[in-house]
Amino acid sequence: MVNLYTRRRMINIAGLTVSMLAMLFGLFWLFWILITLLDQGLLSLTPAVFTQMTPPPGNAGGLLNAIAGSLVMTLIGTLIGTPIGILAGTYLAEFGQRGWMAPVTRFINDVLLSAPSIVIGLFVYEVYVVRVRHFSGWAGAFALAILVIPIVIRTTENMLRLVPTTLREAAAALGAPQWKVVNFVTLRAARAGIITGVLLAVARISGETAPLLFTALNNQFWSSNMGQPMANLPVVIFQFAMSPYGDWQKLAWAGALLITISVLTLNIMARVLFRQSATTH
Amino acid sequence: MDIETVANPKIVIRNLNFYYGNFRALKDINLSIAEKMVTAFIGPSGCGKSTLLRTFNRMYQLYPKQRATGEIILDGVNILDSKQDMNMLRAKVGMVFQKPTPFPMTIFDNIAFGVKLYEKLSTHDMEARVEWALRKAALWNEVKDILKQSGTGLSGGQQQRLCIARAIAVKPQVLLLDEPTSALDPISTAHIEKLVDELKEDFTIVIVTHNMQQAARISDYTAYMYLGDLIELGETSSVFTNPKRKETEDYITGRFG
Repeated sequence: MVNLYTRRRMINIAGLTVSMLAMLFGLFWLFWILITLLDQGLLSLTPAVFTQMTPPPGNAGGLLNAIAGSLVMTLIGTLIGTPIGILAGTYLAEFGQRGWMAPVTRFINDVLLSAPSIVIGLFVYEVYVVRVRHFSGWAGAFALAILVIPIVIRTTENMLRLVPTTLREAAAALGAPQWKVVNFVTLRAARAGIITGVLLAVARISGETAPLLFTALNNQFWSSNMGQPMANLPVVIFQFAMSPYGDWQKLAWAGALLITISVLTLNIMARVLFRQSATTH
Repeated sequence: MDIETVANPKIVIRNLNFYYGNFRALKDINLSIAEKMVTAFIGPSGCGKSTLLRTFNRMYQLYPKQRATGEIILDGVNILDSKQDMNMLRAKVGMVFQKPTPFPMTIFDNIAFGVKLYEKLSTHDMEARVEWALRKAALWNEVKDILKQSGTGLSGGQQQRLCIARAIAVKPQVLLLDEPTSALDPISTAHIEKLVDELKEDFTIVIVTHNMQQAARISDYTAYMYLGDLIELGETSSVFTNPKRKETEDYITGRFG
């Protein structure tokens, strides 16, 4: 008969071992991906990547137009999606207690949040690209904006719900109308969390390929015209990695490394920001 | 029950009932609150003392399922009237909560926030008002050099005095204190109690407290509540030494609650 204490210790050790193994299993693949990426990407990451345009097969070149296109479309997508997301999230958290509007909106937003991005791409293709009859940077930015909105709505609502009710009551007790309570007190208290959400949304869309494939497509040359097809990293990686040409494949690795580094940086920034906000409250 | 009266009432409550959905939390309350005195509400948890306090500034209106019926007459006007302007009511009736609730802004802005809702003051006048409020709340000497720092960085006791300063900066007539010291250490509690004693020169104060000694120390009138009923209201000295009702005596002598 094993005594209770020993039995508990053994169960504890067994549980801990299984958890550790599961963690190692997950990390193993992650590190394999990262190491392969660094191994292949660093070799191809020459200064030319940042100074030259995407080349025809067999020629030297870089990814400048794709980097610029990705930055511009991600920026515009974020600028369109963020205000809509924050406003809708604020409505859900602060104004939607009465009536059916908020629960319905919240449900639809959850559906949108888990919708495959290729569906969003096809949607923008159907309602915009088909009408104007050509691919364009605007279409790409719109598709990305539609991806940003549900993420920002969700985080904004969650962050506002973390703000203690007593803070709202305290502001209301001074006689502040609700819009002032929300603007000057609750949104301010949730600010760091909301910014974190926006950063995570940016990280999410900066690697999206499917929505851009149907909207911005690609452009071999420099393009500053949002009305024209626009080069972007994900689609260039997709196209170059699938090609039989060695030069193109190398550029694809470089592009993949760039995206991974920027997503990683955004995630780290988001964590640091959120931790700072957690310590001040 | 007949209306419990006091000499110089600021607030008169008649047949007040309060509901959380279908639950009746206050039952036909009749009560008067004396002007420029401290009235304490005591009673076991769930007796409705906080609920009663929160009807005086209609705080409950933030929540869809809460409602009150009856009359609460403040300076001759029934504030439960649907025509009552909520902002003007809350300018007249300030409130401080159990947990300190500094806003996520500077100490100065914490005080100025409420003032700005009602008055357009010049920078100079606003500075004077902030100083006045902080002095009244006995916090000025501790924060006068850090007015631009965040209010959330202060200690718990300082935060609570900041909240009192914020409430009185608006120059209300009534100050509602909902267990203002239950989250504080004994020294901060003593600070706040001393403050309440000074503040009653200018304000009518209603305080909810779990601490009977506190009620005995700082209040002029004490109301004992139980399960949504007002059992007894009287001068604090007589309620504690010579309660009229058996239930009150049982509670203050610690036989239950």
